Amino acid sequence: MATTASPPTRGAPAVTWEVTDGIATVVFDLKNQQVNVISQAVKDEFTACFAALADDPSVRAVAFLSGKPDNFIAGADIEEFVRLGSAAEAERLAAEGQEMLERVARFPKPIAVGIHGACLGGGFEFALACHYRVASDHPKTQIGLPEVQLGILPAAGGCQRLPRLVGVRAALDMILAGKTERSAKAFRLGMVDELVAPPILAEITIAAARRMAGGWRPKRKRRGGFVGFLLDGNPLGRRLVYRTARKQVLERTGGHYPAPLAALDAVEYGLKHGIAEGLKREAQLFGQLAVTDVSRKLVQIFFATNQLKKDPGVANALPPVRVQRLGIVGSGFMGSGIAGTAVTQAEVDVRMKDADLGRVAQGILAARAILDDRLKRRRITKYEYARLVALLSGSDTYAGFGRAELTIEAVFEDLGVKQQVLREVEEVLPLSGVFASNTSTIPITRIAEAARDPERVIGMHFFSPVAKMPLLEVIPGARTASQTVSTAVAFGRRMGKTVIVVRDTPGFWVNRILAPYANEVGHLLAEGASIEDIDSMAVRFGFPVGPVTLLDEVGLDVAIKVAGVMQEAYGDHIVPAPGPGIAALVKEGRLGRKSGRGFYIYRGGKKRGVDESVYGLLGVHPNGGPRPAEILQRLVLGMVNEAARAVGEGVVRSPRDGDIGAIFGFGFPPFRGGPLRYADDLGADRVVADLERLAERYGVRFAPSEVLQEHARSGTKFYA
Amino acid sequence: MPGLNGRRVAVVAGVRTPFSKAGTSLKDARAVDLARYAARELLERTNLDGNEIDEVIFGQVVPSALVPNVGREVSLLPQLPREIPAYSLNRACASANQAITAAQDQIALGNANVILAGGAEALSDIPILASRRLADILVEASKAKSLGARIRTFAKIRPRDLVPVAPAIAEPSTGESMGQSAEKMAKENHISREAQDRWALRSHKLAAEGTADGRLTAEIAPWLPTRPGEPIVQQDNGIRADTSLEQMAKLKPVFDRRYGSVTAANSSPLTDGASAVLLMSAEAAQALGYEPLTFIRSYAVAAVDPGWQLLQAPIFAVPMALERAGIQWKDLGLIELHEAFASQVLSNLQGFAAKGWEINEDIINVMGGSIAIGHPFGATGGRLVTTLSNEMKRRDVQFGLISVCAQGGMGFAMVLERR
Repeated sequence: MATTASPPTRGAPAVTWEVTDGIATVVFDLKNQQVNVISQAVKDEFTACFAALADDPSVRAVAFLSGKPDNFIAGADIEEFVRLGSAAEAERLAAEGQEMLERVARFPKPIAVGIHGACLGGGFEFALACHYRVASDHPKTQIGLPEVQLGILPAAGGCQRLPRLVGVRAALDMILAGKTERSAKAFRLGMVDELVAPPILAEITIAAARRMAGGWRPKRKRRGGFVGFLLDGNPLGRRLVYRTARKQVLERTGGHYPAPLAALDAVEYGLKHGIAEGLKREAQLFGQLAVTDVSRKLVQIFFATNQLKKDPGVANALPPVRVQRLGIVGSGFMGSGIAGTAVTQAEVDVRMKDADLGRVAQGILAARAILDDRLKRRRITKYEYARLVALLSGSDTYAGFGRAELTIEAVFEDLGVKQQVLREVEEVLPLSGVFASNTSTIPITRIAEAARDPERVIGMHFFSPVAKMPLLEVIPGARTASQTVSTAVAFGRRMGKTVIVVRDTPGFWVNRILAPYANEVGHLLAEGASIEDIDSMAVRFGFPVGPVTLLDEVGLDVAIKVAGVMQEAYGDHIVPAPGPGIAALVKEGRLGRKSGRGFYIYRGGKKRGVDESVYGLLGVHPNGGPRPAEILQRLVLGMVNEAARAVGEGVVRSPRDGDIGAIFGFGFPPFRGGPLRYADDLGADRVVADLERLAERYGVRFAPSEVLQEHARSGTKFYA
Repeated sequence: MPGLNGRRVAVVAGVRTPFSKAGTSLKDARAVDLARYAARELLERTNLDGNEIDEVIFGQVVPSALVPNVGREVSLLPQLPREIPAYSLNRACASANQAITAAQDQIALGNANVILAGGAEALSDIPILASRRLADILVEASKAKSLGARIRTFAKIRPRDLVPVAPAIAEPSTGESMGQSAEKMAKENHISREAQDRWALRSHKLAAEGTADGRLTAEIAPWLPTRPGEPIVQQDNGIRADTSLEQMAKLKPVFDRRYGSVTAANSSPLTDGASAVLLMSAEAAQALGYEPLTFIRSYAVAAVDPGWQLLQAPIFAVPMALERAGIQWKDLGLIELHEAFASQVLSNLQGFAAKGWEINEDIINVMGGSIAIGHPFGATGGRLVTTLSNEMKRRDVQFGLISVCAQGGMGFAMVLERR
């Protein structure tokens, strides 16, 4: 006998159920939405549903499933979260959610959930409150608590139930880093009870509910054996775990992000004082975090990147050409990085070409190393690995380029060489093929002058190392067709990059706003600042590394080249320090990390401290230099000023793109929202005043840009 | 035209890996790796859209127990749609030839338009077998119902059961090895040691010339390393430009140490390698914009009693192929004669001459043969078709012949035409 019911809500219900032989099968399917999220309305439906099921004497157990093809529950409704006005309001929201899940956890009839697709945040906290978890073994089934990435913590009991289920160490590992795991790993950790093939997920979930209805209860072993007992299983061990975790968090966040520490607090407090007290603490901390500036900024970035994921990059473009085959000319560090990333992320067929077969072989091996790494980390199986490796090939001829919808050149940074490659590639490319140049300094329009068909020429500026750096600048030339732009943008996205479309001006966006920042290093050193002081101030501001380390990472030879181009283009306000500068280091064969020596010494792939002889080569003496606060101000405001000027020139399409570019391009502190958002927060009038003061002392390079002055005059902001 | 049935089939292009002596530069590659490599490079060189391929057929003589259908693994290259059916076959040393003629048949019949055919052999990676008794015990143990029964079964294993069995290159019907057969043919046909060494020397000299002037390397896709530190292999490594009759004369006969004449120098070496050939109906080639190298005019396979002269069947296959092609021996402008052993080559030529055919060495194996280049059993046929087709185009020769002797007393012949 089957009965069907639905709760009393307006519109199409998201939660429906059906009772067969004593088992209620509940299906959650948020109509007209791609994914399931938990909003207030959904919570009401859940509450009504469970109330009805509690009252229905024919129901003995519940099986809960998602109606979405590839999604379980993506989390709580973030729009609702953004509208929260005060800490008290946020705390109340969390408490309500906790209350609902407490009812689920104490529900008189056992509940089994079947998880297929993303099961994140509030979705996983709901699953944790249920009594049995079955997950599909599909790669799309990703389970985790990513809340701290938005500057908050899991506040629907996640900080309480997860450590009790899988042990403190595993729980902290997930919660503090905001990690998401594939279902196989989740099963190993004990986050789910069973792992099954997707087609039988519903059946097995219902069977589990039926077993529990008959009185059966899952037996869960404490995991981790003796070590598990030593660390997770007693208060003393746990204290050690907390201390280590706190240290690691502080190392990773530099103290700029309160959420992981708050989550740690919630876990620790709950295990000490019991789940009820723990939940209270969790809600309270959530309230505090929800209204922090850090969380607001992280949420803004989250929305901005989501918008960018849907942005074709150009108005009224034809749909992008689907790239199945990628040609790469130049198999050096950049070329092989692009190759390996394209194979790993976009799973396209990659053909590399270089003048010399030995270089091609090296390039393919380097690209392969990216796959080796994924295999080693068990992100792919050995069968997937074998398939992906077979996508990489190359030769010293253009054989095979005739089928490449997109060819990216990553040859030596020289106009003549790039134009020659362009001419060669145009000979072999298919009619609709796009030619992209991975240049950091040469105008795309200039390169395209050599093209028979400049409409198909574009810039794709990747950052090094390609596999790790999340940003891609796409640069249309003067005559680039809009479909060429949308093709490059779409492919960049398939490579897993956040893509911004940037105007074809010297330095594009990222190198442009980095130029005054990097130059300032020279000025500061000349005034007697030490390398350590400069870097540590930037890190204290929230940069992942300081500007001197960044120069070493980029490579000093590359930096010189960029600096030259920037000075030529913007010499009126981008002013390098007097003296020999970085050229003196390059002459000595110090190219930065790649040559083992730059400003710092590198051994065994690790930074080993400043090379003191650098000061001598540069002709400077570290004897104090400017005050730390001023070091920081000069570094940051120079960059903000240039960013404002470039936005005024339309180098990026919006402040959003500009800030995302700075955050993903070189790690501008995300919790500050990007250089333009930072200027808004300081207030344009204050930025202008500070710049004027700096200009008075240090010269024209700090003269506030017209854009900033205008904002200061009219009291406006970059973000209206 | 007599003997010409069905649609015309074009040889569009061929590619092979370098041929390397077993245990040398390709020793870490499996046959399937070599086959996939050759096939992928063929796709690259022809810019062929994988969706055009109707079938994949590959030859292999000593298949791996782990990858029994090498053809299917080729058709599962990620560059190809997964829906291309594939099979693998074994016609001994003429296996790739057989793959190509099977493709020709299917295209001629109208069952396919485009077929990728080829062959592969990794003699560095031959299956080593367990003894029959050990195999029986393992099977029995896997069926045992209890641990005790399993242990009792394993207890039956004796040390001698653990000695592995390597497959020999010997005739199952006679027990005679390939080399012994070559030795027998040398004696029966009165082919001297010196004549054999002279032919081997010729093979090396011509192959070295073909390598130096790029005609032979044109068909090779350089093998790129799969691990750091491995070399790039661009050429066949059996070819010895510097060898001489004096050096060869120093070698001891292998198969008959007292009265024999077959040595390592006048025999083809055990070799790793793969080849792939793209075949299309003439119409498909035209529609897809390919200029065919050659067209297949005819082929024939013959067999003799393995107890007679094991490698002499080509003298029966070639006249059949010529007759089916409707042409005469004298019409041939180029001949590729597979060189298993110099004694076999000279025996075959003797057999042809006995038919009243004039032997013009200037058109035979003009870039050397298997003695120098190497002989990966399953792959050689693809090399012969590619080498011959390329050279027919270079010289603008109208008719070319391929002749291959094969294990089991079989002989294979094929006539290619340029226009």
